[in-house]
Amino acid sequence: MFSDIARKFCQVFNLFCCVHVFHAHVGQLHYVVGPSMFPTLNATGDLLFLERFSVRFQKVNVGDIVVACSPENPRVLICKRVLAVEGDSISVLPEPYAQDAAKNVLIPKGHVWLQGDDPYKSRDSRHYGPVPYALLQGKVQLRIWPPHSWKKF
Amino acid sequence: MAEPLWFLAKRSAAAAMICITFTDIVGNFATIQGNSMQPTLQQGHKDFISLLKGDVVFYEKISAPAYKYCRGDVVVLRSPTDPDQLMVKRLIAMQGDWVNVPGSHEIHQIPKGRCWVEGDNGNLSLDSRNFGPIPLGLVKGRVTIKVWPPHRIGRVERVLPEGQVMFTDIT
Repeated sequence: MFSDIARKFCQVFNLFCCVHVFHAHVGQLHYVVGPSMFPTLNATGDLLFLERFSVRFQKVNVGDIVVACSPENPRVLICKRVLAVEGDSISVLPEPYAQDAAKNVLIPKGHVWLQGDDPYKSRDSRHYGPVPYALLQGKVQLRIWPPHSWKKF
Repeated sequence: MAEPLWFLAKRSAAAAMICITFTDIVGNFATIQGNSMQPTLQQGHKDFISLLKGDVVFYEKISAPAYKYCRGDVVVLRSPTDPDQLMVKRLIAMQGDWVNVPGSHEIHQIPKGRCWVEGDNGNLSLDSRNFGPIPLGLVKGRVTIKVWPPHRIGRVERVLPEGQVMFTDIT
C-alpha cells in the first residue's frame, strides 16, 4: 500500500515538474486587466498566452506586446508594447496633451522602452524611464478569452 | 529491443525536469568570475586549473518570488546592461532609503521598487555607482554559502557598510 502511495506521489511530483518547466521556459497563460492597452486589449480582462523563447533569445522586436515585472513594484506584472530597443532614439511626449513638449530619448544598452497603447491611461516608460530587458517575462502571442475575440498578435 | 532505451529516455527526461525545477525554485550553484566581491568571494581564472581555485557559491531562490531580501545580503542579479549576464553584488539600500555614494558627496534617495547594489571591492566593481539604482525585479537570488574551495567553505554573511545608508521604514 505504501509503495502505491509512493508511486502516486512520484507521478504527481513529476507532473508538477513538467508543468513548471513548461510554465517557466515555454509559455504561460496570464489574465491581464487594465485600461492601458486599450483598444488592443480589453480593459475588463483578457486571457493571453505568452511565449518565453523570444525573450530568452532576445528576439523581441519593436511593436511586440510583452509582459514584464514592473520597475516600480517587482510583485506586479505589466503588459505594454515595446516602442524602442537598445540603441534607438525615440521622440517621447511626456504628456499626450502637450504636443509641443516632445523630447528625444536614447535607449541605453540592455533596456527597452515600454508604452501602453492608450497614452492617457497608461503608466509606462514615460513615467519610470527605459526598462531593463531582463525584467521582460514573455511576448504575447494569442488572446484566448473572451472567445469571440480570439486573436493572434 | 528498444525498451531499455525508451526506459532510459523517460528516466532522463524526468530527471531533467526535476533538476530544472530545483534550479528554478530552490537554488543553484554559481562560479565567481571577476574581482568585484573581494575579499568575500574570490574569482577563478580562465584556465581550467585556476578555475578550480575560484569560489563556488550556492544561491537560494526561495525568497525570490516575495522579494524578501534584507540590506546587507549578497545577491545574484541580472545585469541591467546585459540581460544574459548574472552579477553578484551586495544589496546596500532598498526603496525610500537615502544612500551616500562612497568617494563622493552625493546622496541619492532610492525610488519606489528599486534598490542599490555594490561590490565589496569598490575599486573594481561595476555597480549602482555606475548605473544607478536598479529595479528589485532584477534580483534573482540570495547567496547563502560558499561550497568550494574546501578551505573557504562557510556562510556568506549579511554585512552592511557603516554610515552609508539612512533607512526609512518602508519595506
